[in-house]
Amino acid sequence: MNGVHDMGGMDGFGKVEVEPNEPMFHTRWESRVLAMVRAMGAAGAFNIDTSRFYRESLPPHVYLASSYYKKWLLGLEDMLIAKGFVGKDEVAKGHASAPAKALKRGKFTAADVERIMVRGKFGRDAQAPAKFKAGDRVRARNIHPATHTRLPRYVRGHVGVIERDHGVQVFPDSAANEAGENPQWLYTVVFDGAELWGPDSDPTVKVSVDAFEPYLEKA
Amino acid sequence: MELRVRALETVLSEKGYVDPAALDAIVQAYETRIGPHNGASVVAKAWADPAFKRALLEDATKAVGTLGHVSRVGDHLVAVENTPERHNMVVCTLCSCYPWEMLGLPPVWYKAAPYRSRAVKDPRGVLTDFGVSLPKETEIRVWDSTAETRFLVLPMRPKGTDGWSEEKLAELVTRDSMIGTGFPKTPGVPS
Repeated sequence: MNGVHDMGGMDGFGKVEVEPNEPMFHTRWESRVLAMVRAMGAAGAFNIDTSRFYRESLPPHVYLASSYYKKWLLGLEDMLIAKGFVGKDEVAKGHASAPAKALKRGKFTAADVERIMVRGKFGRDAQAPAKFKAGDRVRARNIHPATHTRLPRYVRGHVGVIERDHGVQVFPDSAANEAGENPQWLYTVVFDGAELWGPDSDPTVKVSVDAFEPYLEKA
Repeated sequence: MELRVRALETVLSEKGYVDPAALDAIVQAYETRIGPHNGASVVAKAWADPAFKRALLEDATKAVGTLGHVSRVGDHLVAVENTPERHNMVVCTLCSCYPWEMLGLPPVWYKAAPYRSRAVKDPRGVLTDFGVSLPKETEIRVWDSTAETRFLVLPMRPKGTDGWSEEKLAELVTRDSMIGTGFPKTPGVPS
């Protein structure tokens, strides 16, 4: 979706502000939000792409004005309500009043913690040969899906070169909509700064994205 | 926010979805087990051991998997090497993708709009915000983490460190040097 989360190349956000000696969490609730998202995801309430889509779908003014973990909380609430795991009234009251919905992998307990400390595997077997190889010139397609996608706006329509092939991986555009994993070839595609930002841009800059095959066409 | 978060946690617990003690254990695991020391030990080993460095640049997931203490990185780690000709910098313009296992949870600035918006368009300007300047002819390569691949920058080994042990080298490796928004510490200079 063409949302405010797709920030690459936007102006006006000011300087990067680094907080010296930043703690891992600024308040206790931030750590609880992180833990709830990880636990409910691991229990099978949603996948990582769906959770990203719910955060992106927050109203733009809310997205921009919320801290990182506030976005995580709001996205989590919306997602759990939409999927029927909790009721809006329950969230408002802070107490359960309706029966639970079955979780794909059951209740998340302390025995599951080890499992989530190992990053998931997104690689899958190839269903078809790769269309592109390193060195090929490709154009990022001019597409504007209204749902979740990982092709940032700033590369769409621009020509780059395939640099690496990462094999076949879960396709977020499908997984986010719970339309299956639909695995696709994934490539690192590198663009010259001038191709993206015009002739006045810094000539020493090159930018790459990791792009799934359906995002690309031969240039 | 505290109340709102507690409300949701209570609902999830009452409905039998999560055991609150398991949430405590998750937080504790993040607080104690991940952090930039993992990445620093990988970088230090690459500086000290040319065969490991080759293996790391060839297939970082596999290479890091050979190190017992930091082996749990899952898939899809890519290490990119800084050289006098090329400086690498990592961003996630769409959200906050970051190599947690190597560097811990990302700092606020990495997840915030100023960095995410400008890193791909004006990386030199962003580096200036960090007090970092590069020769004007150095190529800057920005890696936007738009999929599940995670990138670790292998910074250049500081001069004056010949014969140093991996442990001593690791102390020079900063988190920002592995994101590409900083350099390793210089030996003998207080940080």
